[in-house]
Amino acid sequence: MTAESIHETGALLDVRGLTKVFGDLKACDAVDLVIGKGEIHALLGENGAGKSTLVKMLFGSLEPNAGTIVWKDRPVRISSPAEARQLGIGMVFQHFSLFEALTAAENIALSLDDNTPIRTIAAKAKALSHSYGLPLDPYSMVGDLSVGERQRIEIIRCLLQRPELIILDEPTSVLTPQEADRLFETLERLRDEGKSILYISHRLEEVKRLCDRATVLRHGKVVGHCDPRQETASSLARMMVGSEVKAVDRHADEGSAGGERLLEITSLSRKPATPFSTPLRDISLAVSAGEIFGIAGVAGNGQGEFFEAISGEIRQPASGMVRICGRDAGHLGISARRALGAAFVPEERLGHGAAPAMRLSDNLLLARHATDSKRYLGALGTIRREAIRESARHVNEMMDVRKSGEDPAASALSGGNLQKFIIGRELDREPKVLVVNQPTWGVDAGAAARIRQALIELARSGSVVLVISQDLDELFEISDRVAVMHNGELSAPLTIAEATFEKIGLLMGGAEPGPAAHPHAAETETEGAA
Amino acid sequence: MGMAEAILLTVATAATPLLIAAIGELVVERSGVLNLGVEGMMLMGAVAGFGAAIMSGSAWIGVFAGLLTGALFSLLFAFLALTLVTNQVATGLALTLLGIGMSGMIGESFVGMPGVKLRVLDLPVISDIPLIGRLLFGQDPFFYISIGLVAGVMWFLFRTRAGLTLRSVGDSHTSAHALGIRVVLIRYCAVMFGGACAGLAGAQLSLVYTTQWIENMTAGRGWIALALVVFASWRPLRVLVGAYLFGAITIMQLHVQAVNMADLVSLPGPLYWLVSVLKSAPSQLLSALPYLATIVVLVIISRNRRLTIMNTPASLGRPFVPDR
Repeated sequence: MTAESIHETGALLDVRGLTKVFGDLKACDAVDLVIGKGEIHALLGENGAGKSTLVKMLFGSLEPNAGTIVWKDRPVRISSPAEARQLGIGMVFQHFSLFEALTAAENIALSLDDNTPIRTIAAKAKALSHSYGLPLDPYSMVGDLSVGERQRIEIIRCLLQRPELIILDEPTSVLTPQEADRLFETLERLRDEGKSILYISHRLEEVKRLCDRATVLRHGKVVGHCDPRQETASSLARMMVGSEVKAVDRHADEGSAGGERLLEITSLSRKPATPFSTPLRDISLAVSAGEIFGIAGVAGNGQGEFFEAISGEIRQPASGMVRICGRDAGHLGISARRALGAAFVPEERLGHGAAPAMRLSDNLLLARHATDSKRYLGALGTIRREAIRESARHVNEMMDVRKSGEDPAASALSGGNLQKFIIGRELDREPKVLVVNQPTWGVDAGAAARIRQALIELARSGSVVLVISQDLDELFEISDRVAVMHNGELSAPLTIAEATFEKIGLLMGGAEPGPAAHPHAAETETEGAA
Repeated sequence: MGMAEAILLTVATAATPLLIAAIGELVVERSGVLNLGVEGMMLMGAVAGFGAAIMSGSAWIGVFAGLLTGALFSLLFAFLALTLVTNQVATGLALTLLGIGMSGMIGESFVGMPGVKLRVLDLPVISDIPLIGRLLFGQDPFFYISIGLVAGVMWFLFRTRAGLTLRSVGDSHTSAHALGIRVVLIRYCAVMFGGACAGLAGAQLSLVYTTQWIENMTAGRGWIALALVVFASWRPLRVLVGAYLFGAITIMQLHVQAVNMADLVSLPGPLYWLVSVLKSAPSQLLSALPYLATIVVLVIISRNRRLTIMNTPASLGRPFVPDR
């Protein structure tokens, strides 16, 4: 199906030559997009391909430098979100545009342009949410809600404006598989009611399942249109990336696990530090040499707190709660834990994993000044520049970090390249224990594959890798065992052979799996009977 | 007029300027802006109010001059901090320093001149009701303005759509911007409201509290107003409690310093003992007592961390540059 054939039948939205320039970067370069009535249209592309910029222009939050937008055969200029809403364009944001200190109903009221009383809005929102099977308490405080519930508020808020076109930006990135299924049902129902949906995602399987047509963006340009149902996931990936994505090679790592227990966590508990943070509840875990252990879970279920506890950013009251390479480490700080052979890669690249304004070589020293002081520091603590630059060069080569200049500032690198550098910086130390939080979040497919391959190789060399990730595909691709973190509790681990998307999804939603999914529980019961 | 009644009337007079300045700053901070220039804006309001009153002969013209000057002076802060996106802390401090210097310069010729006192409200018959008559119906107009402001701000912030919008801007300016709310415009309005309140509070000092112009006559009340807002967890009623506590202890310590112990022998034992201990303390410590006690009490009542976090404007003091 071509764009022209839709155009003849009367498109809802017809975008021609839309361009947005930020400094030297053409975020969108003469983009054409046609959306028909009653279709779910996918917008595909890697991170940084210009998807978010494009939809922000359609919703009036960014002003295009060139190009026309035709809405129902009439050229329009959308200069504010209020104008977009008046035309009938609604948006569900990727990073939610909600206010944590306000109630759901107040959040909804803020985007309705008339002066309807809050009580009326609450009643309407409740009725609408029930009719779509997305139950919602309009008087609950957003700060107390899960990410899935927050998304419901965004969707209900959007639907209350009676839009004809709904834009969803990466809506499933924070949902459990079951929540995502529910969302798809809602979207299909909306399409049957004649509404159009622009669906932005980089998850190819769901695009194949849900969408009628797709427009693919690469480096700000439209590189193709297709019917996703006729394509395979790998042909879609090829269109997005522009080249083949190398599959991760994980053969021959069976049987490598079962060695020495290099990372042991025993009855780790932690009280919540703020009203919105999650307590850790009695977490126990042991990972053996050669093993990759995955921790799944919806964001905000204690993963950040767990990472801080293992890395030593927060020390434990009992030294035996965390053991690294057979030594008690609970009382130790970050540098001492690193000295025992552990390495840590936090979730946020800029500001946590690396100091944005500092050069790569400085960032390397910051992470390793304590563990490699002999190599990098001279007498009186002077910095040995040449040795550090040499290491940085080695890291960049090993991980194929693409950058401009010899030693640029961390903030000058793209997300994927900076993540490769940070992981490479830790791998270069040949750690016995590596703990990574969201290793490939917001990273392009090529870099993600390189990072996963590096993690597998580290485990194969006899180290322990603990991966905390929201991306189930990733965990299934690289882990030997998986456990799920929900509300600060860790489920019993499942081997990758016994884990399925469905089981993991149920655990992520907080449901107790059946006895079949819990072989250890069944064992304990028989023991008790005997 | 009995002694207790007189003391209570002076407590209200001492609390009112703090309350007016703090309730204005509360609105500013609820919109996510930290304006540390309260002290400077109060001084500008005080000198303008005093000058306008003696030149026109009307205290009411002085009141409006104070209000207007405060609002205009805060516009300078708004332009720097919101349009040019300068650092809010540094800009606010600069505004205070500028206000101290400028008010001193303008007011040089006013020093020692008698001012114009704003008349107290005096309703016949009901002001003569014993005890509560004067307290409720015989105060200066600023008292009624301050109480009206607290009620008005509470109603605005928590009962109107415009107030909800203002709170949303303070909670997350990026989310507000994404929804098409005009963040900078709302913050300009909030800052100018805060400036007008600070100017009004300053005018109260030079038109009611002392009825003269003294250089730097706010004596740190702007800073106390700022502290009140934070320790009151950005809640209007707690600001009211804090301001009156401060006023009460200010007046009490003045009386303790002035009283003759021989007149107090009739007091109950513990009270007599307390007064004698306070009297034996250095006078500097007594003068510091209102500041100390107010902060201690507000810290104790803001112990509920959940409530505090729910009411803290999450974007407070953070610079906002919209991308277009």
